[in-house]
Amino acid sequence: MKTFSAFTTSLVSLRRNIVRTVLTMLGIVIGIAAVISMMELGSGSRTSLRKSIEKMGANSIMIMPGWMMMPGGARQATGTAVSLIPADAEAIGENCPSVALYSPVVRGSAIQIIFGNVNWEPANLYGVAPAYLKIRNWQIGEGREFTDAEVASNARVCLVGSTIVREVFGGNSPIGCELRIGEVAFEVIGVLKTKGANMMGMDEDDVVLTPWTTLRMRVTGLKTGTATNTSSTVSNYPGDRFAVSGVALYPEQSSSVTDDNLFYPRFTQINQIVVAAESAELTDQAVKEVTALLRERHRLKPEQDDDFRIRNSAEFMSMLDQTSQLMTNLLLGVALISLVVGGVGIMNIMLISVTERTREIGLRMAVGARSRDILKQFLIEAVTLCVSGGIIGIIVGRAISYGIEHYAKWPVESSPEAVIAAVLVSAGVGIVFGFYPAWKASRLDPIEALRYE
Amino acid sequence: MTPLIELKDIYKTYFLGEIDVPVLKGISISIQRGEYVALMGSSGSGKSTLMNILGCLDRPTSGDYFFENEEVGRASGDRRAQIRNTKIGFVFQNFNLLARTSALDNVIMPLTYTAQHLSDAECRRRGMAALEQVGIADRYRHYPSQLSGGQQQRVAIARALINRPPVIFADEPTGNLDSHTSVEVMDMFSKLNEEGMTVILVTHSNEIASCAKRSIHMSDGLVVSGEFKEEKPLTAKRAGEDKK
Repeated sequence: MKTFSAFTTSLVSLRRNIVRTVLTMLGIVIGIAAVISMMELGSGSRTSLRKSIEKMGANSIMIMPGWMMMPGGARQATGTAVSLIPADAEAIGENCPSVALYSPVVRGSAIQIIFGNVNWEPANLYGVAPAYLKIRNWQIGEGREFTDAEVASNARVCLVGSTIVREVFGGNSPIGCELRIGEVAFEVIGVLKTKGANMMGMDEDDVVLTPWTTLRMRVTGLKTGTATNTSSTVSNYPGDRFAVSGVALYPEQSSSVTDDNLFYPRFTQINQIVVAAESAELTDQAVKEVTALLRERHRLKPEQDDDFRIRNSAEFMSMLDQTSQLMTNLLLGVALISLVVGGVGIMNIMLISVTERTREIGLRMAVGARSRDILKQFLIEAVTLCVSGGIIGIIVGRAISYGIEHYAKWPVESSPEAVIAAVLVSAGVGIVFGFYPAWKASRLDPIEALRYE
Repeated sequence: MTPLIELKDIYKTYFLGEIDVPVLKGISISIQRGEYVALMGSSGSGKSTLMNILGCLDRPTSGDYFFENEEVGRASGDRRAQIRNTKIGFVFQNFNLLARTSALDNVIMPLTYTAQHLSDAECRRRGMAALEQVGIADRYRHYPSQLSGGQQQRVAIARALINRPPVIFADEPTGNLDSHTSVEVMDMFSKLNEEGMTVILVTHSNEIASCAKRSIHMSDGLVVSGEFKEEKPLTAKRAGEDKK
């Protein structure tokens, strides 16, 4: 039997019971529409996640001090140890070929800023180097960024985020204004472009950036001490807090001191080093290089653990990717279940159809249809039913995801793979669930079938 | 000349659980080309079973069935389907037309199974020719529900003729028709037979059987008269024609 004529025959018999055909198709339509919109939503949300990570700096690597051992053996959280110094950052910049940019980071926490009669506690007060902006992919909206010279000279200049402009400066341009950070007056020299909330929902624009030297020397003070001596926190020695500009960043050390006694004294411990790899692909390479370098600089024996922690955004990205993939798969699973339910509906209707048309089957066999002709006819009928349901489902699914994109403002990305998969899956459902009824039809005894009332 | 159909010692037994029901108990008949045969017998005599075996719809339990010198009783299902399609035309008591399908589409339906080399236009041309042969070409677009019983049976005959088979089997072709239309339909068979077609009728009506040139009587699974053409003298055949 010609496949085309089998196809037209199946169309004719499907049209004969148009209401039933449409209702049967509905199961497949809903299933496929659900699959399509879920896949589009899933890939849309993955893309937007990836974008927001790229906005944060796709190839950035964060190096934090490791945990600190308290006297008595209790560990404290990562970042509490005093193990990173600015010289580490410089060494990374010099010795790691995969690292393009680096910046030490000093964090100021619970420090008020004051302008006129307004005071505010910024969520993020960071002391950084100029490279920080490039690493974090952050642009200056107004004014200028600070220079290496200003870092070297502990200049009292700062950059503010748009939230600060709105909340502290009442939306007016803050350039040239005097902003007090803690007890020290800074000049605002630039405004950062708005970045929005990050993935954790924290406002990234609630930020003040100063040269790291200034923040460390003039505002937060020094943490002195080593990994085993942490009793000292903020130095009260005025010279530490109000250092005269122009002095060296840290007391000059003789070459024998720097070579032999790297861990002593740590005048300028820093909270973080952020570096950018040359490219996203080189991130892993850069992590390896930094690890090796820091272990060497910190004189760690092979059996000792790292006294620092490295996190890169690729790691973060793959974690988020996995999470959203998991969610998509779960939703897809639910959608596939509805497709199976639709398939069972197809099977049911095909069985009814075979029973109803027993006489027709008998007649067709009597005039020369072979078993496989009958099998083919009913299989094609089931597949036609499913594929046309699938095509309608694709249209409905696209409409749903367009609606979601338009009204709920969720990120949606149309995926041709989903469309191809939907067509194949619906044809597959037709074959799987249409096979049993078709097989049953082909096994009918023509004599019995002709006599069937 | 070898006979068109030759049955040799055909047995058919139905196995219903533990009970064996013998229906045909050794049937041997032969039918030549161009014959007009009526298969007669009371109900339960096995004539329908014999008809099913002759029509390649059923297989004998034992015995040989030669159709055009080919053993078909034990042939493969596909081969038998091919024989049904190209060498046998069926006409049923209840017409068995496809509902909501036009007369022409009903007639050309068998062509979809083996006549793959024919174009659509050629199929339609042959279908129209067959409808013309039975005299209802003007109704080719009508659905079976829009045709009278006699017209429906003519469409069924046209369908049986579509592949130009050497033999037509008609199972109680007038069973659902009134006496007037019955005569028309029987005339049709006589006309086909005169044109050289072998016609085999199954009936329990003597009146209908009288149209045939030869009658095979069955009783209780055995042929009681008319096994071989030679048994029926030529004069008797003429007598049958006279009755008509």
